[in-house]
Amino acid sequence: MNGEQKLQTPQEVKNVLRLENITMQFGGVVAINNLSLDVNQGEIVALIGPNGAGKTTAFNCVTGVYEPTNGKVYFNGRVIVANHPNGKMARQYGGINGEMYLKEKPVVHTPDKITGMGIARTFQNIRLFSSQTAFDNVLIATHLRRTSNMLTATFRLNAREEKRNREKTTELLEIVGLSDVANEKATSLPYGKQRRLEIARALATGPTLLLLDEPAAGMNPQETDELGEFIVDIKNRFNLTVFMIEHHMNLVMDISDRIYVLDFGKQIAEGTPEEIQKNPVVIAAYLGVEDE
Amino acid sequence: MQYNWKGCVPTVWDTVFPYLLSGISVGGQYALIAIGYTMVYGILRLINFAHGDVFMVAGIVMVYIAASGLPLWLCIPLVLLITVGIGFLIERVAYKPLRSAPRMSVMISAIGVSYTLQNLVLYITGGLNKQYPTIPWISETVVIGPAKTKLVTVVTPFLVILLVFALVTLINKTKIGMAMRAVSKDFETSQLMGIKINNVISATFIIGSFLAGVGSVLYFTNYPTVIQTSGAMPGLKAFVAAVFGGIGSIPGAVIGAFIIGVMENIIKGLDVILFKAGITSGPLGLATFSDAFTFALLIIILVVKPTGLFGEKVTDKV
Amino acid sequence: MKTTKSKAPMIVTIVVIAAIYAAVFIAEQILPPTSMLFTVLKKGATYALVAVSMNLLNGFTGIFSLGQAGFMLIGAYVYGIFTIPLEARPQVYQYFDGGLVQFTVPLVIAMIFSGLAAAFFAFLIGLPVLRLKSDYLAIATLGFAEIIRAIFQWNGLGPVTNGSNMLRSFPTFNDFNITDGQGNVTVYLSTLVPFIMSGVCILLIVLLIHSSYGRALKAIRDDEVAAEAMGINLAHHKRLAFCVSSFFAGVGGAMLAMYQTTVQAKSFTSAMTYEILLIVVIGGIGSVTGSVLSSFLFVACSEWWLRFLDEKQMIGDFEVPLLRNGFRLVVFSLIIMIVVLFFRRGIMGDRELWDLKFSGKERKRRAKE
Repeated sequence: MNGEQKLQTPQEVKNVLRLENITMQFGGVVAINNLSLDVNQGEIVALIGPNGAGKTTAFNCVTGVYEPTNGKVYFNGRVIVANHPNGKMARQYGGINGEMYLKEKPVVHTPDKITGMGIARTFQNIRLFSSQTAFDNVLIATHLRRTSNMLTATFRLNAREEKRNREKTTELLEIVGLSDVANEKATSLPYGKQRRLEIARALATGPTLLLLDEPAAGMNPQETDELGEFIVDIKNRFNLTVFMIEHHMNLVMDISDRIYVLDFGKQIAEGTPEEIQKNPVVIAAYLGVEDE
Repeated sequence: MQYNWKGCVPTVWDTVFPYLLSGISVGGQYALIAIGYTMVYGILRLINFAHGDVFMVAGIVMVYIAASGLPLWLCIPLVLLITVGIGFLIERVAYKPLRSAPRMSVMISAIGVSYTLQNLVLYITGGLNKQYPTIPWISETVVIGPAKTKLVTVVTPFLVILLVFALVTLINKTKIGMAMRAVSKDFETSQLMGIKINNVISATFIIGSFLAGVGSVLYFTNYPTVIQTSGAMPGLKAFVAAVFGGIGSIPGAVIGAFIIGVMENIIKGLDVILFKAGITSGPLGLATFSDAFTFALLIIILVVKPTGLFGEKVTDKV
Repeated sequence: MKTTKSKAPMIVTIVVIAAIYAAVFIAEQILPPTSMLFTVLKKGATYALVAVSMNLLNGFTGIFSLGQAGFMLIGAYVYGIFTIPLEARPQVYQYFDGGLVQFTVPLVIAMIFSGLAAAFFAFLIGLPVLRLKSDYLAIATLGFAEIIRAIFQWNGLGPVTNGSNMLRSFPTFNDFNITDGQGNVTVYLSTLVPFIMSGVCILLIVLLIHSSYGRALKAIRDDEVAAEAMGINLAHHKRLAFCVSSFFAGVGGAMLAMYQTTVQAKSFTSAMTYEILLIVVIGGIGSVTGSVLSSFLFVACSEWWLRFLDEKQMIGDFEVPLLRNGFRLVVFSLIIMIVVLFFRRGIMGDRELWDLKFSGKERKRRAKE
């Protein structure tokens, strides 16, 4: 595959996603504290950590659902999210007098804009369009790359595009192995299939970066193994970069190139699966430290 | 040359004052209705569209009970009792079965109840204006400064403050009040904590209807005709007041209601006021906008500060 | 794979609709024009359009708007203002020196103006209001309708809107009848034409709902967060739905003006919006077929079939109790409450005429759900 060839020459490593000093505060609660991380072209990077560590919040900051209190997000070298506090909080984040950020304007995009740039996501608590069939769920996501407007769509002047989208949808459903249930209502599908459908839907938006929020949640070991192979497969097939949150350690260790570990909103470790497995800080965070 | 009550040349203030006074009075009456909206919204997250009609029904019930020849001192408690009963019944029949249904369904049910109550009253009255009975003492005419008005105008704000004080005490000091606060904070959790949700909701509707009943006695003493649509406008305005003050907040609803009552009455009199002040030379017909103003205010407040003056911010979890 | 849909239901649907239109045309030629049937059909056709336009918003996009009466009012007034014949203006605008607008436009153009005016106001009000959550949006749109009502009644705008006086003398449904030289009607079209107007508009809405845009709207209804994450611009699509819905509500308002023969702002109350909402609910939220069916049922019941409830009825010597003016509406409200409480899916649920397949396979699939 092309992506793999690129990776073999290290000097060509291209940064896809970069979080820079992201902090997210809800009132007094600091959900993410000064998080910085990098995801490079063609990698599968996992974000792990105990429940409530702020992993999903990080996703929400990237995809424009939340506006971070402080920090920047780069996508392919371009700033897609930037925010800096003013007033009292500026001192806390922007140097002694907050002068560091005085000249920078915040950058805000709505989630649909960010999806349009090529970042697609799935949700921790599955969010399929409940009244629609599996087929329509995927088809809806092709709406983003439309060239039609409301009038041409109403008068069916976009028939060729519509046909192409339907073919693409059919193809995607085949890839995720849901062809046989295409006409079933999305929410009537078993859990594992719903997760796959969410991935198919995300792929239909034509992403280059895929964010998976606990794709294996609620799956048994066998399903999880299959999912791992599936993620690698689609990564290669669509030339994607994958950034995922996951609790199933087998899956994470199997397929990730690198892992970031969050605890209480702070990054406590970073490294390859082997490094993370041996890291005492990570082990302590997961198992708890015994009091002396 | 006309002279005012002090024997001086009338000032602009003399023109404004009567409008201000009736604004405060109407505001108080709106406040009593608004509390019902705000409490129900706080607990069920439902705009009880039928609340204004409960207020109207209280007026109609009064008309019929008074016509039956009962002494008036007995009529008022009886009316309040019946109003409370109606409020309780509406909740049990129309809202309780839809507890787990989508919010839109409950709202539609509320609109259905409103439609039903109006049609029922239309049927009973034959669609005619009914004369509200004259309640002694509060119907007496008094002269305050440059304004001649009914005593009810003066009594209303004090009665409202008294009732609100009692209500706040109830909510802060009693067990049922504590349960109400808990339920409005978190419906599911308080259910898990063993609070009997249905009792709390019923209590909310009972209190809301009781206050709407009191409001109707005061309101219809001032505007003494009742028809099936009498409740719609005051109801909507009271709701706007509740939103304005921050839905879920009782003091907010009361303050919002007073502001809306006063503003609305000033606008009603704006033509006269502007003319007396020498700013305009003829009528502009601005009184048409007294209702529209309330809604413009609503849209502005929703856009600028959707939580109202005293409302709490709610964040959705993704 | 599903993509190849069977064409049979579509053909059946077209045949059924064509048959209805033919029946309307024939009935109009045979039956006396004063028959209650035609009143019901004309008003029903008007309400059907308005109900479907409301369903587009409330049922398909999940925006709970209660501004329909306001948009109808705008439509009705714009239609009236642009079509009252010049010679009738001095009389209609007698308090305003014959009014300010001194030209007329052809009827179809006026109807399109009606829609455009309503859509324009929807665009303006949509900017702030569509950001609000469900019930706040409902009350804000309701308030907007009240504001519109006040503005159109204001005598300051009298030269255009005729203030609080009514607009009249504009072309009505009866003007669609073809007459010979002496004024005798040769071909009755006063029911068929509103059917065609309403039918064309509803067809457009259906085409929209089944396009890529319609799917996006349904996605917003099902899950706003997910829809946005799939690249659907919420603000843009909601505004679109709001404007399109208002456009057709405006056209519906113009049709209502033609039906009523007069227009007065004070009749476009929130009660009218509630009525249309209840029609939508009875028909099934999310079903165009349901809205159309229930519009005709609603109008037929309130104007015709249940009329007897409003009058004294004798069975032999026995006078049926309770029957007097207003009882019809009470019965009506109770039926509505029963539908709202116990048959929440309404007549059609979210199905359409062309979904009604009676093959065993389909039924099995439904049973499984």
